[in-house]
Amino acid sequence: MKYEVVIGLETHVQLKTLSKMWCGCANLYGAEPNTQVCPICLGMPGVLPVPNAEALRLTALTGFLLNSEVPSKAKFDRKNYFYPDSAKNYQLTQLDMPSTQGGFVEFEMGDELARVNITRAHLEEDVGKSTHFSDYSGVDFNRAGVPLLEIITEPEISSPNMAFEYLNALKNILQYGGVSDCDMEKGQVRCDLNVSVRSLGQKELGAKVEIKNMNSFSGARRALEYEISRQVKVLSEGGLLRQETRRWDDEAGITDSMRTKEEAHDYRYFPDPDLMPHTPSQEWHEQVRACVVELPLARKHRLMADYQLPSGDADVFVGDPALGDYYEKVAKGVKNPKAVANWVINTLQAKMTESGLGLPDLRFDPSAIGELVNLVEGGQINSRIAQEVFLEMFNSGQNPAVIVEAKGLLQVSDSDELGQMCRDVIVANPGSADDFCNGKTAALNFLKGQVMKASQGKANPQLVGELLEQILNE
Amino acid sequence: MEIDLQHVVNLARINLSLEEEARIRPQMKEILKYIDKLNELDVEGIEPTAHALPLTNVMRKDEVQRSLSSEDALRNAPRQANGLFVVPKIVE
Amino acid sequence: MPHTLTIHELTARLAAKELTASEIVQACMDRIASVDGELNAFIGHDVEDALAQAELADRALADGVVHEAKPLLGVPIAIKDVIAVKDQPLSCGSKILGEFISPYEATVISKLRDAGAVIFGRLNMDEFAMGSSTENSAYQPARNPWDTDRIPGGSSGGSAVAVAADECIASLGSDTGGSIRQPASLCGCVGLKPTYGRVSRFGLVAYASSLDQIGPLTKDVHDAAIMLNVISGYDPQDSTSEPRDVPDYSAALNGEIKGLKVGLPKEYQSAGLDPEVKSNVDAAVAKLEELGAEIMDISLPHTEYAIAAYYIIATAEASANLARFDGVRYGDRIDGVDPIEMLCATRGTGFGEEVKRRIILGTYVLSSGYYDAYYLRAQKVRTLVRDDYLKAFEKVDLIASPTSPTAAFKVGEKVGDPLQMYLSDIYTISANLASTCGISVPCGFTSRGLPVGLQLLGQPFGEKQLLQAAHAYEQHTDWHSRRPPLN
Repeated sequence: MKYEVVIGLETHVQLKTLSKMWCGCANLYGAEPNTQVCPICLGMPGVLPVPNAEALRLTALTGFLLNSEVPSKAKFDRKNYFYPDSAKNYQLTQLDMPSTQGGFVEFEMGDELARVNITRAHLEEDVGKSTHFSDYSGVDFNRAGVPLLEIITEPEISSPNMAFEYLNALKNILQYGGVSDCDMEKGQVRCDLNVSVRSLGQKELGAKVEIKNMNSFSGARRALEYEISRQVKVLSEGGLLRQETRRWDDEAGITDSMRTKEEAHDYRYFPDPDLMPHTPSQEWHEQVRACVVELPLARKHRLMADYQLPSGDADVFVGDPALGDYYEKVAKGVKNPKAVANWVINTLQAKMTESGLGLPDLRFDPSAIGELVNLVEGGQINSRIAQEVFLEMFNSGQNPAVIVEAKGLLQVSDSDELGQMCRDVIVANPGSADDFCNGKTAALNFLKGQVMKASQGKANPQLVGELLEQILNE
Repeated sequence: MEIDLQHVVNLARINLSLEEEARIRPQMKEILKYIDKLNELDVEGIEPTAHALPLTNVMRKDEVQRSLSSEDALRNAPRQANGLFVVPKIVE
Repeated sequence: MPHTLTIHELTARLAAKELTASEIVQACMDRIASVDGELNAFIGHDVEDALAQAELADRALADGVVHEAKPLLGVPIAIKDVIAVKDQPLSCGSKILGEFISPYEATVISKLRDAGAVIFGRLNMDEFAMGSSTENSAYQPARNPWDTDRIPGGSSGGSAVAVAADECIASLGSDTGGSIRQPASLCGCVGLKPTYGRVSRFGLVAYASSLDQIGPLTKDVHDAAIMLNVISGYDPQDSTSEPRDVPDYSAALNGEIKGLKVGLPKEYQSAGLDPEVKSNVDAAVAKLEELGAEIMDISLPHTEYAIAAYYIIATAEASANLARFDGVRYGDRIDGVDPIEMLCATRGTGFGEEVKRRIILGTYVLSSGYYDAYYLRAQKVRTLVRDDYLKAFEKVDLIASPTSPTAAFKVGEKVGDPLQMYLSDIYTISANLASTCGISVPCGFTSRGLPVGLQLLGQPFGEKQLLQAAHAYEQHTDWHSRRPPLN
């Protein structure tokens, strides 16, 4: 009996705003408990919520980044349930008129392009944080009221790996767009997993198991892998699965049924009367849309196309947008952009790490690397000298041409001059010359090295090799 | 129309004494019978009034305002410890 | 006697230095000491704090601050205990809040302060504003000063009693289904419910968020206009606050009523209308006509459905608004082995029976399977009720009716029959559903000497015209100068 897996993900992302959703308390992680609270986010009697304009903007921006529709009217609803970390014992969220509808996320899985369709993304508020002690629990409301975007996929993810890739792709997009820092350590991204299995060909979905509040993507993948195998085992042994919420125990590597009585929640949703509908103008939409950035996948493809870069290089620049921006600045108009990429990815990054300098601190002009590459391409200097020039460039900020000139580092490519050097070296090293003539081709490298040494590294290595061979074969 | 009183009372997290329940049960029945008169009306095509005023796009600038000190925040807490609001142990 | 004066009379005397704020406040304090033991208008009041504020007011007056700048300077105003005052207790007429002290203040309170008022006292009320008699208070029920065996109305019972008995010069109440207008009517004072959105709700403990409004209870219409000017205005902390200019309401009180069209809803001739109330209100309407108003019949066809719609919508919103009272962050907690047990015990003990009834009803009408049949349907009926009014206001400027179908009833008379109590809201409730403004002014007495109120309803944000008409009527009668036979 073959089974197929159906996974749906609900990702909660904290929006990158300065203040909370309904009040002016700071939206910051790590403060002392209950120091970023006010009567509003503490749910004191008589308070009222007022929406954060930036949260609304970032929500619409997310809609555009995820290729969603941003409807002309959205509103807020009350989701009623009691829990100690909920200051009002209702959560302000969006039920039937969310801020975005539809959309999709594309990402690479191996060699293929995968797509996960998004049902919707809606805006809501985060709740406080409970800490459990031996005989009581304590609640910190610093996090209560932080704006949260809930992004829900269609139930069409077909493997734990795909879920993992999707989550990473989503995270990259949101970081790219400036919507959220997606810092998992700070709890800025949490995920609920919905997973069911059904026999191949079966139309109805199997019983859905929900695993809540995952805060690591690899943990989510592990949980899904375990849960799927558990479900398949139950079914293949003739058992029945029931809809439930389970908890992932990462240490033990298993999911556990939650101990509380599983009673389907009746949230008694109704439109919130304190908050007025959001019906932004075309103009507002256009202003938000203007902030849409190029998505990571699109950027990768463009870098590969425009700069003839291999996938690996493009990935580096997409993974580090600042570096990518720098690369594009440097590579403009250069004949060999791949060479520029090599310099940036390898030599520049290494030097930056070593020296502790960041991109904004670099002393040389962005055009300098291009110039350096052109000097090598043009044969004016060889690659070893180029390394030397780069070092000087990095430390002093001077342009390569100036350095080459000042230090007299121009490559020697004159056949006569080189030819003479070669003859001199052959004469000085008869043994190696004989070795080569007797078939030890490696001896050539030694001779080549000697010519390079004699020329203080400035000889054109390729020409030297050619000339030596030529002469020795005479 | 009989209310499932036990169910609603659970949802609302409110204990009723036996006397209260004895009083409230018939009262609810009466009240529900009364509000059922709304079924006499044809509300086809009528928009519900979800908001009392036709206001839209009310929002505030994303600015940080001063929060309460944790002392003031916890001043009314029935139980507190180490800056946290204390509740009976939550068992997931 | 300073405490028997109105705001406009007092400010004149203060300006003329015939009285000091301290004298006025002291007179009120003495009056409270004398009568409130019997009336229970106040849940609490801080004499020292009130006198300290009075002293500050006197200093300001001595420094030359005038009432043009601070219209309420030196005037003691008492507050229904459902409005947050910084660093003061807040009970909402309930036990569940325990020793709660509010760390913040309602916008209307800030406005009163800016106007120089002496803000004092916590006025008795039906618990969480749910009730029409103030018998649902967790404290003693308040008593009608005209007959202390009778209720003063509710839920702002204390607010009406304190004004009628001259324990304060004016008060603030809240009105969700008539809770300002009805007690004003039963106690013989003026009670104004502004249009929804006219006055900020920030700091008003919510009962029904789409229906609640804060408003003044005063001794005459001029005072109501002064109070309305002080408390009205757009508030960025209240998303339901209307961004609209506040006109000078006092300036509108020119006595002109000629040509004003006043509608009488034919559906209001209900069976429960007390004949003595009817005759007093008819006489008042006749007076309006005598003064030049044009009286005509109008129809509000959905009147009979308003109460049902109200009790579904209000209780639904209330069931969510009162969910925050759980003993976690504030209030009186009854412990339990787990949070659920604690919650159920805390709320079971802390809430009174009427509150429980409404939370149960509200939870039920929102619950799975019932939302469409009850809540959604009620919201649609609300639209029909509102449209009735908008249509009527195309024909008339104001709508007149009794405020309450009866005068004050005896304590205990209706408490056992909640539905009967709800039905007495018939004339006031629609104005909240239609989100418009209304005022109750005294218009006579029954043969038992109990006050009767005339209700006028105005167009949304038409308080100017409303006050103008009410004032014109009032000035041609002397009901507003009558005082209850206390002591």
